[in-house]
Amino acid sequence: MRAPIAWLWIGVFLAFSAAFMVAPAAMLAVQAFSDDDGFTLQYFAELGQYRYVTAFQNSLLLSFASASVGVVAGGLIAYALQKPGTGKARAAVTSFAAVAANFAGVPLAFSFIATVGTLGLLTTMLKSIGIDLYGMGFSLFSISGLTLVYAYFQIPLMVIVFSPALEGMRPAWREAAATMGATSRQYWRLVGLPVLAPSLLASWILLFGNAFSAYATAYALTSGNIILVTTEISAVLSGNVSNEPQVGAALSLGMIVVMVLVLVASQVVGSRAARWTAKR
Amino acid sequence: MNNDRLGWSGGLVLACAAVFFAVPLAMTAAFSLWEGGNHYGFAAFHILADSPKLFEAMALSIELALATVAALVLLLVPAMIFMHLYAPRLKPLFDFIASLPFVVPAIALVAGLSALVTGPDWLIGTPFYLVIPYFFLALPFVYRSIDVGIAAIDLATLTEAGQSLGAGMGQIIVMVVLPSLRSSLVGSALLTLAVVFGEFTFSNVLIFHTYAVYLNEIGQHEANAAAALSTASFLLTWGAMLGVLLFGRGKAANREGR
Repeated sequence: MRAPIAWLWIGVFLAFSAAFMVAPAAMLAVQAFSDDDGFTLQYFAELGQYRYVTAFQNSLLLSFASASVGVVAGGLIAYALQKPGTGKARAAVTSFAAVAANFAGVPLAFSFIATVGTLGLLTTMLKSIGIDLYGMGFSLFSISGLTLVYAYFQIPLMVIVFSPALEGMRPAWREAAATMGATSRQYWRLVGLPVLAPSLLASWILLFGNAFSAYATAYALTSGNIILVTTEISAVLSGNVSNEPQVGAALSLGMIVVMVLVLVASQVVGSRAARWTAKR
Repeated sequence: MNNDRLGWSGGLVLACAAVFFAVPLAMTAAFSLWEGGNHYGFAAFHILADSPKLFEAMALSIELALATVAALVLLLVPAMIFMHLYAPRLKPLFDFIASLPFVVPAIALVAGLSALVTGPDWLIGTPFYLVIPYFFLALPFVYRSIDVGIAAIDLATLTEAGQSLGAGMGQIIVMVVLPSLRSSLVGSALLTLAVVFGEFTFSNVLIFHTYAVYLNEIGQHEANAAAALSTASFLLTWGAMLGVLLFGRGKAANREGR
């Protein structure tokens, strides 16, 4: 009674994944490393061009900045919600965070254009009281502008992934520290932050990967003004630039390498975090 | 002792966050009503209401979202149930596959797909080709949700009980297992609907006119209409998430009542 139909289903799922997930990824590797004469490193050499180096620099910088903003702001929000008597606020923030973390892409980009774009409502309102945002050097269509937009989904994501770690902090630790005469600052420096450090780092890495692979928001906002790895790949794919698809494959492969590093790092760090939070 | 001080700074943190998150939403809603100068009205909404392309794009996105949920329920969920019952040794392989979409970002997957899959036309010529990448887009969070759901029920006992009562495998899955996974299923289905409805990467590169692609197009010259649609998108995402929360809560309340 070992239902052969069970194996059929498992087999179809595995075959489907192999055909449309694993094979396309493998195809990128084949494409990036081969030309008419066989193996070549030519396309990876092309990644050394100024344009692609800039793309990787911009993507890494944007991911670094937005992940850092997300970890600090999201961490503080999650911490503020741990206070006793914040039950209602916590429920409201949690549900809002679930929405905002998923409110990325084109609608988010247009929301920010309507708010702080060159003709945005906030921009014009501030201008009428004498504050010229764009005159002061701010631009929505720059790395710092993109960081601001990305913060809109990075901060809520941080609240979601980091709250469980904060809930794992036992009040007894704080009481023990206080009994021994530790000040609040000493408690955080010697107990709180060391315990939370792995979770903080794991969350940061997750946010980094989240920003690094984001495409729609940046595409709708920058329309080619800022070169990112994701928008560069799509430019190659839609034939907007006179480059071979192999360069797109090499760029994609470069992204995959970064994401694999991100995943491995977060799992190594995450297993350290689990030492403190797992057994309760 | 110093709860007061922290309470004050905590309040400040939450107030700043509230401003940062509320301002763009309020401004976007206001911007959609702005008609230049000091005029406000519903002109942007009239443009949208008169746009048959918008409704076509929305209909397509809804159909794609429903088709993706169907594909996940028909293919992924039974495969996961069978794997847990008959082949738990395959669990690491399943975990690995479910983590792949994180490692291979959407834009890289679409690059690989367009290099690999160049035909047949009945497959790549229809927008429903998008259901394949959407399946993998939703895979990581649906997999995790169903995995947690399966871990919470005693699958083997339920199956044996069903079999000893003379039920076939199909009957057991439809009448026993799926109902006990209800809250994971509904939660991940709603999230899938919200994510697929707003999906942009695949449809833009593969040139299909979904809702997000339409929104991007109209945003290039009708900023007010785009703001109106952005507000609508936010409310829609909110609705889906509210559904997830309410359903989860109702379920929890039931369990406590028993």
